[in-house]
Amino acid sequence: MSEQKRQSEDELLEKVTSSEYKYGFTTDVESDTIPKGLSEDVVRIISAKKNEPEWMLEYRLKAYNAWLEMEEPNWANINYTKPNYQEIIYYSAPKQKPVLDSLDDLDPEMKEMFDKLGISIDEQNKLANVAVDIVMDSVSVATSFKETLAEKGIIFCPISDAIQDHPELVKKYLGSVVPARDNFFSALNAAVFSDGSFCYIPKGVKCPMELSTYFRINEAGTGQFERTLLIADEGSQVSYLEGCTAPMRDENQLHAAVVELIAMDDANIKYSTVQNWYPGNAEGVGGVFNFVTKRGICHKSAKISWTQVETGSAVTWKYPSCILKGDNSIGEFFSVAVTNNRQQADTGTKMIHLGKNTKSTIIAKGISAGKSEGNYRGLVRISKGATNSRNFSQCDSLLMGDKCGSHTFPYIEVKNNSSKVEHEATTSKIGEDQIFYCNQRGIGTEAAIALIVNGYCKDVLNQLPMEFAVEAQKLLEISLEGSVG
Amino acid sequence: MLQIKELKAGIEGNQILKGINLEVNAGEIHAIMGPNGSGKSTLSAVIAGKEEYEVEGGTISFDGKNLLELDPEERAHNGIFLSFQYPVEIPGISVSNFIKTSITEKRKAQGLQTLPTKDLLKMMREKMELLSIKKGYLSRNMNEGFSGGEKKRNEIFQMAMLEPKLAILDETDSGLDIDALRIVANGVNKLRTGDNATIVITHYQRLLDYIVPDFVHVLHNGRIIKSGGKELALELEEKGYDWITKEADKKWA
Ligand SMILES: Nc1ncnc2c1ncn2[C@@H]1O[C@H](COP(=O)(O)OP(=O)(O)OP(=O)(O)O)[C@@H](O)[C@H]1O
Ligand SMILES: [Mg+2]
Repeated sequence: MSEQKRQSEDELLEKVTSSEYKYGFTTDVESDTIPKGLSEDVVRIISAKKNEPEWMLEYRLKAYNAWLEMEEPNWANINYTKPNYQEIIYYSAPKQKPVLDSLDDLDPEMKEMFDKLGISIDEQNKLANVAVDIVMDSVSVATSFKETLAEKGIIFCPISDAIQDHPELVKKYLGSVVPARDNFFSALNAAVFSDGSFCYIPKGVKCPMELSTYFRINEAGTGQFERTLLIADEGSQVSYLEGCTAPMRDENQLHAAVVELIAMDDANIKYSTVQNWYPGNAEGVGGVFNFVTKRGICHKSAKISWTQVETGSAVTWKYPSCILKGDNSIGEFFSVAVTNNRQQADTGTKMIHLGKNTKSTIIAKGISAGKSEGNYRGLVRISKGATNSRNFSQCDSLLMGDKCGSHTFPYIEVKNNSSKVEHEATTSKIGEDQIFYCNQRGIGTEAAIALIVNGYCKDVLNQLPMEFAVEAQKLLEISLEGSVG
Repeated sequence: MLQIKELKAGIEGNQILKGINLEVNAGEIHAIMGPNGSGKSTLSAVIAGKEEYEVEGGTISFDGKNLLELDPEERAHNGIFLSFQYPVEIPGISVSNFIKTSITEKRKAQGLQTLPTKDLLKMMREKMELLSIKKGYLSRNMNEGFSGGEKKRNEIFQMAMLEPKLAILDETDSGLDIDALRIVANGVNKLRTGDNATIVITHYQRLLDYIVPDFVHVLHNGRIIKSGGKELALELEEKGYDWITKEADKKWA
């Protein structure tokens, strides 16, 4: 670990003082919403508001009709009251003209909101040379560094702009990895998504900065259905970050995103998420339902690496996956999922090996506290043609207290005998002895837990870009404070 | 510096310490010996503030403060250090990060500013040299995969970094090879000043050849049954414990 990183770890330890959800404020920015409920008309209105071409409207209507025939899935280990889809507002945009060239042009009130967010956009820009796209409720409000990126031929813009400006790319790839019919939520998303980010890295280009999207649900009763489409052309490289927050509400809010990654031959995509949607209060009231479909496809010798730190949401259902289609391609999944109070999470990954000599690595760390339930669910499928393929999975759970639960459901299918799959799983508790040892060295119990948890998550946190790792550690601490008494 | 009076403590209704009296002054070295299970580690854990143990009676004062009212970390901030008989692993946390956190917390409690990283590293290098610790050790994770002897040396390294007023070394010698024993004992001696004190818990007279005690106490069945000078340790080495424990058992029967 670098000295700088260590230092910021220490600052972090000092900063954190309260266990309240720190991002729970609403912003009084006037917004343009449509009536709640979902119908063919609503889909048409969304498409019209965005001035979309005919093919896009057709795509949405097809998805909507498919959704009508689908049933919301039931999961073995999660209990929640299903959302009423007619009570949700499907489109809400801050009224002032959204897309800006620079953050300086931003409505001061909105700027203030960004400042309040854990990731200060301004600072991040300066610090890390990060290009940021911010999606508030349903619309992108600012994309920075657009020009710098354009010089390299990189396209990074709201997906609604991409539909207008790069229809050939969107048409070709949208739904190519996650078809609208894939599942209930992907169909819903395809019908009503109103924004999200689009990114294209041309052949052989190494993206010179981290690309980042920041999501926030602001308006009451709105759902957020963002769509991310990232295409890394042959031999290109990109690291992409996404973060999210939502204000505190009494009712649950729905978030159903779809992320599609396409890594062409020899391309390398690193996709990192720090998810911090409002988890609901200690009794489980409110909070975001986070039902997300994330999937990437790897062509020859390409690599996709998913890293996620999940601390928020009342209910999380999410399995970032890799389809290892090309020979010699690589898929990775590094995850820390924290549940506290009444949170429920069912998360994991799917690694589908199709090409020869494909490799996948899964490192999943679950931390459960309070009365929460954390589940790891993972599938490793090695098909007949995926000869000489390898998977290594490690799933660890850390329990804090005795009222929480954690379960691991690894599904493994190997259809040829030249491949090898290894699975390791551990469950541990933070020991009194460990805490006392830290105490004896002058480290108080809260700080000791933070230290032990950071150590436990190190293999995953190390995968994150530094600024994000710091943010992630801070979130881990906040979400676990007061969990050991 | 440390006054223990009639200390009674136990766990789940089972009394382990049955009335300990001990006084340690600045500049002194005390050795505590005694058979397995006599309560030596329990005594050190109670001084350090392990909450598992219930104090049923008696007092402990440290520099005039009622130690029993302080949390374990506050006791550490006040200068109490325990070298554990069985040091604990903290996976994923490097030795340097751990010690840095430890020192930062202690300084914070004392109202001091964070030590600049440069100074901290310099200090680490000095203390590593003092204890002949190899490079690369700082980036290993706390006690993870450490050999028995390495763990003990790591305890003394932390002691050297934290510069406590009162250090309790619980069987720090067991697990150390002959050279390491000399190095560690040497380190302990070099860290001695007129202002600090050390309690050495050991089964072996050999350590006391290097760290020469002012007092030797025999702990048996939760009581100090005999105290003397350094020659008591030699006598115990020769005769074992029987001759005093039998007498004590009769007395307390
Ligand atoms: N946490 C505990 N739970 C139950 N019994 C305990 C606990 N801690 C100590 N004891 C008991 O108290 C007694 C004293 O133990 P302690 O570890 O203090 O002995 P010791 O003198 O350090 O022995 P050794 O020389 O073997 O290290 C033993 O009988 C031990 O089993
Ligand atoms: Mg002992």
